[in-house]
Amino acid sequence: MSNINSKIPEGPLAQKWTYYKEHQKIVAPANKRKLDIIVVGTGLAGASAAASLGQMGFNVKSFCIQDSPRRAHSIAAQGGINAAKNYQNDGDSVYRLFIDTIKGGDYRSREANVYRLAEVSNNIIDQCVAQGVPFAREYGGVLANRSFGGVQVSRTFYARGQTGQQLLLGAYQAMMRQVHEGTVTLHTRSEIVDIVIIDGKARGVITRNIVTGKLERHFAHAVVLATGGYGNTFFLSTNAMGSNGSAIIRAYQKGAYFANPCFIQIHPTCIPVHGDFQSKLTLMSESLRNDGRIWVPKKKEDAEAIRAGKLKPTEIAEEDRDYYLERRYPAFGNLVPRDVASRAGKERCDAGYGVNTTGRAVFLDFKEAIERLGKKTITERYGNLFQMYQKIENDNPYETPMMIYPAIHYVMGGLWVDYELQTNIPGLYCCGEANFSDHGANRLGASALMQGLADGYFVLPYTIQNYLAGEIRTDRMSTDLPEFEEAEKNSQLRFEKLKNINGKRSVDSIHKELGNIMWEHVGMGRTKKGLEEGIKMIVALKKEFWSNVRIPGDMEGMNVELDKASRLADFLEMGELIARDALSRNESCGGHFREESQTADGEALRDDKNFAYVSCWKYQGENADPELNKEELNYENVKMVQRNYK
Amino acid sequence: MESFLNLTIKVWHQKGPTEKGRFESYKVEHISTDSSFLEMMDILNEKLIKENKEPIAFDHDCREGICGMCSLYINGRPHGPDDDITTCQLYMRKFKDGETITVEPWRAAAFPVIKDLIVDRTAFDKIIAAGGYISVGTGGVPDGNNIAIPKDIAEQAMDSAACIGCGACVAACKNSSAMLFVSAKVSQLALLPQGKAESKRRAKNMVKKMEELGFGGCTNTRACEVECPKNISVSNIARLNREFLKSEFSE
Repeated sequence: MSNINSKIPEGPLAQKWTYYKEHQKIVAPANKRKLDIIVVGTGLAGASAAASLGQMGFNVKSFCIQDSPRRAHSIAAQGGINAAKNYQNDGDSVYRLFIDTIKGGDYRSREANVYRLAEVSNNIIDQCVAQGVPFAREYGGVLANRSFGGVQVSRTFYARGQTGQQLLLGAYQAMMRQVHEGTVTLHTRSEIVDIVIIDGKARGVITRNIVTGKLERHFAHAVVLATGGYGNTFFLSTNAMGSNGSAIIRAYQKGAYFANPCFIQIHPTCIPVHGDFQSKLTLMSESLRNDGRIWVPKKKEDAEAIRAGKLKPTEIAEEDRDYYLERRYPAFGNLVPRDVASRAGKERCDAGYGVNTTGRAVFLDFKEAIERLGKKTITERYGNLFQMYQKIENDNPYETPMMIYPAIHYVMGGLWVDYELQTNIPGLYCCGEANFSDHGANRLGASALMQGLADGYFVLPYTIQNYLAGEIRTDRMSTDLPEFEEAEKNSQLRFEKLKNINGKRSVDSIHKELGNIMWEHVGMGRTKKGLEEGIKMIVALKKEFWSNVRIPGDMEGMNVELDKASRLADFLEMGELIARDALSRNESCGGHFREESQTADGEALRDDKNFAYVSCWKYQGENADPELNKEELNYENVKMVQRNYK
Repeated sequence: MESFLNLTIKVWHQKGPTEKGRFESYKVEHISTDSSFLEMMDILNEKLIKENKEPIAFDHDCREGICGMCSLYINGRPHGPDDDITTCQLYMRKFKDGETITVEPWRAAAFPVIKDLIVDRTAFDKIIAAGGYISVGTGGVPDGNNIAIPKDIAEQAMDSAACIGCGACVAACKNSSAMLFVSAKVSQLALLPQGKAESKRRAKNMVKKMEELGFGGCTNTRACEVECPKNISVSNIARLNREFLKSEFSE
């Protein structure tokens, strides 16, 4: 039924990647120097790709919006990175990591991609150790591990609560080494505003220099987007303030399929919302669920007393506490996958057992762990997280339980890519969170870092050569070509249009409104009615934005409001696309929960007969509905079953 | 407990790198003590936009103290009046009602102002490019457990590696020295067996680049250590000096 070709190599599952590498085309060293590759984004995926491609001898141009590539939001990942090393001798294997990831993703990812991910996971750890990433060690000097949600082995490698930081700095330093060698050129404070396509192939980008406000043209033989996720569509999320979906949305508008936009991860352990002034939400790492126990009061009157400030959580007796995850899911307890934990928390709060003055929070308690392991061990494992919590909440989590609530954290959806990480536009690739490939409908903890680095170090540098081998006769093109000219002109017109609206409302005020619509109508519990209303509201808000936004300052020079407005225009498109996708997928799976589709005891109910596919949305122009195409998911090795963490 | 503050914000305005800057004062009202300093700045900017004025430009991104992008000099201290935090983790409960808060950019010759409170820190990237890495390419590396690294060495390396590259050390230093930044990277990699092979060369190249870029020398005032949001210790500077001397002697 679909004409979408995911280019899965032939052969048995475990042999596919080896087979691919043995048969793909590669580029000779003398030709690599003549080939230009643009890599957009410098997070784990982008920095590791740029470093690896540069080292291979390609001519790489790297772009990021921040002042330095080291700021990319991968830096904020806390808990760890998975690998199937089986150092703990607890029965782990590549196959088990593969199965856990497929199951965790609620059977909506591609078998071959996930198997490859599990396969290269071990190389990542070796690579990072060689770079000097200071992973946690045991007294004997070997690498330490901890557990994460959705699995029953200990396969997560970590560097305190700053694993993302250390892995990113490793990739950043490897890239800076290539900058020194002259194979990678850095363009910081540069934002991609368009992708240039010549004769059907991606051939470059138009960027806006954030400091000067000037548009610039850049040619390349291939373009790699590694720009992260679009979680900030919701305004409040654990993403960085600058994280945006503009580059991948522009690619979508240029004809690339957008896959599974409604698969969005809501992380169960974030610091709860305080007030209207709030600008972002802070994650408390999932690793805390190794030792912390989640509970709410068993009695409604206790919950009410806590909300009113009349009772302290430490005053509630053990038998009056409801450790609802341990109660509902005894096999996995506090370490159920994120989607399951988030929904269970929301369920308790909706039922009136929530704490905090707002009633929208649950407790994460370390009392028992501190008694069992001592405060010193807890500090060693989570010290920076406890400090972060204390600074925000003005409360000591060693003495009183933390309060947490779910928040938008990660997007599984993204640009559609085939097995080679190529979009349906030849020469346009997509890596890391920005693509849709490996996590299905829900990502397991410590797997984002794994995927970003797998794509950037070990997958893309191979697969892109299969394409570039056909480009060795293509000379560098002039950026005076009409395609570049037209793309720059369109971008210029778009910014002028934004600037000239001269309305009354700030960018943030409209973004907050979009966030509220998304959270209320396209959030944790979705219904047909709610989604239809949400779409109407987003369309109306889009009109409001394009007629009433106010951007002070000039077109030239630095103009932060103009940058933000351009991103918000894209988030508004994204919000509508998320809602449309959620409406079309009338089943619950992973992070996507349609209230119409649940089991008698409130668990997500998948519909494999009708929905075992990847939604691939094709843009049809500004005033037309996008077209839904489907990539069927064929499971040849795994049997699709209802997830069970009980 | 949450309470509310009325404040005067005296903030640095500078249109561009070559323009002359000046202080401007603004009033903000009813600021929750539970809001972060940057959220207070958001509220002020919202007010300015309403008045059709240009908002104040400042760098920020993750807002959870790890990306190192935020960089404000508040009441004479990099990252403001709290310890072990970045500006984005500074909460308004640290201020008193009626207070005047002075906000400036990092001041250092090697960090020129781009606009208002935003400075150019690409000098730090250049220092890392000069040698802040272990020279290994992708692939062809040994198993992660091949070299045993004692726990205390791994922990020490992690202490040094915690640097977020924000530049508070430079802003705090009367000489605008980048020694704490350089030494943290040199130490992390010199402590680990993987990084020992090129530790002397690394120290030499990074220090040379630092001097070239216009950062000052270290005169042991330890102001950097006091203001470092990640508690990077000046003992790293001692280790850098050792590595640097070794490289001098071996020539």
